[in-house]
Amino acid sequence: MQSHFLAAEASTSTSRTLTITLFLVFVAITLALTIWASRQTKTATDFYAGGRQFSGFQNGMAIGGDYMSAASFLGIAGLIALYGYDGFLYSIGFLVAWLVALLLVAELLRNSGRYTMADVLAFRMRQRPVRTAASVSTIVVSIFYLIAQMVGAGALVSLLLGIRPGTTFLGMDADTAKIATIILVGALMIVYVVVGGMKGTTYVQIVKAFLLMSGALIMTVLVLAHYKFNLSSLLGDAAERSGKGAAFLEPGLRYGVETASASATFYSKMDLLSLGIALVLGTAGLPHILTRFYTVPTSRVARKSVLWAIGIIGTFYLFTLALGFGAAALVGGPAITAQDKAGNTAAPQLAQALGIDYFGGETGGAVMLAIIAAVAFATILAVVAGLTLASSSSVAHDFYASVIKRGQAGEREEVRVARISAFVIGAVAIVLSIFAQSLNVAFLVALAFAVAASANLPAILYSLFWKRFNTAGALWSIYGGLAAAVILVFFSPVVSGSATAMFPDSDWHWFPLSNPGIISIPFGFLCGWIGTVISKETDADKYAELEVRSLTGHGAH
Amino acid sequence: MTTEATSTDRYLEVQRSEDFARLRRKLRNFVFPMTVAFFLWYALYVLLSAYARGFMSVKLVGNINVALLFGLLQFVTTFLIAWYYSRYAARELDPIADKIGNELGAATTTATPAAPAAEATTTTDPEAAK
Repeated sequence: MQSHFLAAEASTSTSRTLTITLFLVFVAITLALTIWASRQTKTATDFYAGGRQFSGFQNGMAIGGDYMSAASFLGIAGLIALYGYDGFLYSIGFLVAWLVALLLVAELLRNSGRYTMADVLAFRMRQRPVRTAASVSTIVVSIFYLIAQMVGAGALVSLLLGIRPGTTFLGMDADTAKIATIILVGALMIVYVVVGGMKGTTYVQIVKAFLLMSGALIMTVLVLAHYKFNLSSLLGDAAERSGKGAAFLEPGLRYGVETASASATFYSKMDLLSLGIALVLGTAGLPHILTRFYTVPTSRVARKSVLWAIGIIGTFYLFTLALGFGAAALVGGPAITAQDKAGNTAAPQLAQALGIDYFGGETGGAVMLAIIAAVAFATILAVVAGLTLASSSSVAHDFYASVIKRGQAGEREEVRVARISAFVIGAVAIVLSIFAQSLNVAFLVALAFAVAASANLPAILYSLFWKRFNTAGALWSIYGGLAAAVILVFFSPVVSGSATAMFPDSDWHWFPLSNPGIISIPFGFLCGWIGTVISKETDADKYAELEVRSLTGHGAH
Repeated sequence: MTTEATSTDRYLEVQRSEDFARLRRKLRNFVFPMTVAFFLWYALYVLLSAYARGFMSVKLVGNINVALLFGLLQFVTTFLIAWYYSRYAARELDPIADKIGNELGAATTTATPAAPAAEATTTTDPEAAK
């Protein structure tokens, strides 16, 4: 198979039109579902928790939809295509993380909470300070994640539609097209959340997960069929055509790189460990994942939904392994980097190559490219909707209803505030993303995971399992973990002092690692412990209630 | 968030009961060691990727090396632990939880979601906890 140049040939006409058509079909279907869901959304439980009527399989798909972001699909496939084995390492952390959610968090949270993460954290604490803290960390995590996704969306759409600097699209130049994409994605996500609430958003996730899994499955089968289902020859070809040789199949090309400098090698390996820990411990602290557990009727269905999610997500990451190595083997490393240095277009390029190979030349290639590009858009759109919902729920339920109104807000009023918050958060995310679009924001997803693992996870685990834990402990762990993660990243080489930094021309960095997890996660746990023991507050009565309810499901909402 | 019918004394009583101690013990004795186990197993994998590159690059069959096998094993163990936990929970935890829940009466794990009337009441008295 010769190399294919995505933007130059096919994608300009047939493929671009088809991509846009398919994307519009997706938008039309999901908007119809959202409007239908809005008619079923009457109570606060409907808006925040989708009426708690989803089945284990439905919620498992929706969890997959929330979790398998464009970073997972395009990003990991691209990492594997360019760096081989090290991209795989990333997906393993993302998968193993689900055991933390399954064993320690999902069921107990479902039994004792109602709509948000803070419901569990504040259960036996003073409501106002703890809910404020939980709300702050929810919004920080969600906004970081949102900006990363939306800026990524702008860049990806230009790439996928082949809008290059100097060319125009519907009369827009490349920069205008990026901004237009960010606004369009933002506007759609606001509509999903404001109109459809959790019910609408969940259906969007399910449709998206189905499309993503189908697309990845088809491509995986085609790649493997090309090599007559011989994994070894696929790997051999990938290593050869990547231009990296045998090292392509071994760890060390991307993470923990060994260089001549001993200290650089040391920090590079520490960075790998730090990333590994943040990936595994972050998932169970992501607010938009935690709120998913409330959409099912009981904790046992929550357990089932996590089992489905593990199956779906695990299978998907196995697909990305085939896609990444397939792209390296069939498209080739140089052709991928020619299109996008970060490798984000590896999967669409592979789709085009497979289409040309299997389905009648250029037209087949254009059709496959369009399908996978449309799936990628759907992926971005669904993930940002989930994030917006989680943060607006926290603003309305935790901050407005409990902190400002001291629990005296009516249900209708609370939902109205949640809708307004979704609109405001969406608008803020659009504006921030437009300003951030020329910056390198890829680290924001890793930072979101680090904050979730350093600030949220310690507080959740202490709340559920440690009798002595109290208000001061909760505040210390949330603010301590949050501050440690954000400050360390601010003074790290991803923000300043390196060629790939957010501000490459300045240098104020002193922290050597790009990922703060190895320091900030233990720090968050330590803060929670210190805060607890220096405060005299304990509430054995409320802990009895929390423990009995979380373990037995008695009185669950 | 308080369940109207259940008093604090009742929760304390249940928390001190034999059945509840058994439920808590069975849960913790499973999830804590298992969490430590899979975390160490994963940490071993990350550490080997960082510091044992020679070992990881040993080829086993064709181009399939130790690193790839190790990575795929992480998938296998994740699936197995998830399956094993769900079986354990259904056999060992759920029956005790149901028994305690039934004794506590009203809404239990197997019940339908809370009735609309209960959902409609506002959350808690925010300062009630303290």
